[in-house]
Formats: sequence, C-alpha cells, structure tokens
Amino acid sequence: MTIVNFTPLSALIGGALIGLAAAGTWWLLGRLAGVSNILGSAVGESQGRDWRIAFLGGLLAAGLLAFALFSGEVAFQLDAGYAQVVLAGVLVGLGTQLGSGCTSGHGVCGIGRLSLRSVVATLVFMAAGAVTVYAVRHLLA
Amino acid sequence: MKQVGAAFVLGLVFGAGLVISGMSNPAKVIGFLDITGQWDPSLAFVMGGAVAVFGVLYRLALRRERPLLAAAYSAPDARAIDTPLLAGALIFGVGWGLGGFCPGPAIVSAGFGNPRVWSFVAAMIAGMVLFRLVLRRSPS
Repeated sequence: MTIVNFTPLSALIGGALIGLAAAGTWWLLGRLAGVSNILGSAVGESQGRDWRIAFLGGLLAAGLLAFALFSGEVAFQLDAGYAQVVLAGVLVGLGTQLGSGCTSGHGVCGIGRLSLRSVVATLVFMAAGAVTVYAVRHLLA
Repeated sequence: MKQVGAAFVLGLVFGAGLVISGMSNPAKVIGFLDITGQWDPSLAFVMGGAVAVFGVLYRLALRRERPLLAAAYSAPDARAIDTPLLAGALIFGVGWGLGGFCPGPAIVSAGFGNPRVWSFVAAMIAGMVLFRLVLRRSPS
C-alpha cells in the first residue's frame, strides 16, 4: 500500500459542509439527509415529494454550478464503461433500498446518531466496495 | 413553500460539500476503496468531518420540541441488524466499488455533462423503482 492524492483539508471542509447541510435538514425539516432514501421516496411514494425533489434539485444545481463556474478546477474521472456503470447503478439502487440507506443515510446521519445498525451497514458496504475494487483492479485487470 | 426553498438550499450546500471534498470524482472514491494499492485516505476525513458536525448539531436540535419548518421530527426507529440490512449494504457496496458512485455524488456529477453518469443515475433509479414497486410488494 502506498498513500497517494491525499487531500485532508478539502476533505474536512467538504465533509463539514455535508454535515452542516444534514444538520440543517434535521433542524429545519425534521428529516434525515439520506440521499438514497430521499431519491427512492421521491420516485416510489406519492406523499412528501415536494421537499425531496427540491433537495435533489439542489444537489444537481451544485453540480451544474460547479461545472459552469469551476470546470477547470473540479476533478472528475470516470473509467468505467457503459455496461459497468449500468450494472453499478442497478446494484446501488437495489442495495440502498433493501439496506435502507447509503453513504449519507447510514454513513453520516446514522453514525452521527450513534445507530449501531448504521455502523454495521457502513462497515459492510465499505468492505464490499474495497473487495470489489480489489477484484476489478488487481485480479481481473 | 418555505420547506421547498429550504430543501433546495440544503441540497445545494450538501452538493457543494460533495464537490469540494472530492466525493463527486469517481476516481477519488475508487482510490479510497483501493486500500491494497494506491490508497487515498481522504474520504475518511470527509466522513469524519460530516459525522462530527452532524452528530453535535443533531444532539443540540433535540432540545427543541419540533423542527423550525415542520410539525415533527421524522426518523427511522429500526434497530435490528437483520438480513435485509446486511444484504442491502453488501449489494450497495459492490455497486459503489464498480462505479465509484454512491447516490448523492452521482446526482451532483450528473451536472458535469458526462452521459455515462446519466446512465448510472437512470440505472440507479430503475433499481430503486424495481425494489419499491416489485420486490418489496412480494410476501416475505
């Protein structure tokens, strides 16, 4: 193992903003900012759609603004081809609904609320992600 | 209406955090998961920063009886560490490692103009709809 591309300061600043937005979602709306739940409920439920679509619109707007204003400075590299991203997408969609959360819902909000369930889920999806990257990068490549 | 405006701004700040932290770059996410190779530990700091800020402010909010713009707090009360939780986390983790995207960063980087990101988001929504409309309705 070698450590590369380590950016602790921007990681901490960005992480703090994520935590602030998640806290604001709780303070103002009384909801948890778990993105897979917000998206899944926005497409799968008829009630409470408005705030969820607005939140998702804010996420997309952040990407559009970053691309419009700072495209030269925002690093983006996606190596996976179409078949791989489609398979990945289906798995992420299914898995987050079955497991009731993703990196934000379990990893940030759940752990922040000291939920053992979320700690376990986060350890499992991180381990599964690491094993998958190991297989794709070091066994199959 | 206030709820909708607040939710948009909160999504915007959340998304800015994802861009600044590097989470919206799939190569960086895969670098974090590649612990046996060229490892980039940055994303542990993203999660650490987010958990610390949210954890403290979440606790402070519980002193208030209700949220500022809604009638009541709404949070899951599930505690069980059961098969759906573990299987779901496992399936999600495999997808995360394959693409380098979890749901939030995928939506943010859909704004970067790469059609493969749109394919990921469409497939992710299809997976969610499949689960919610088909699988969850079947008797368990």
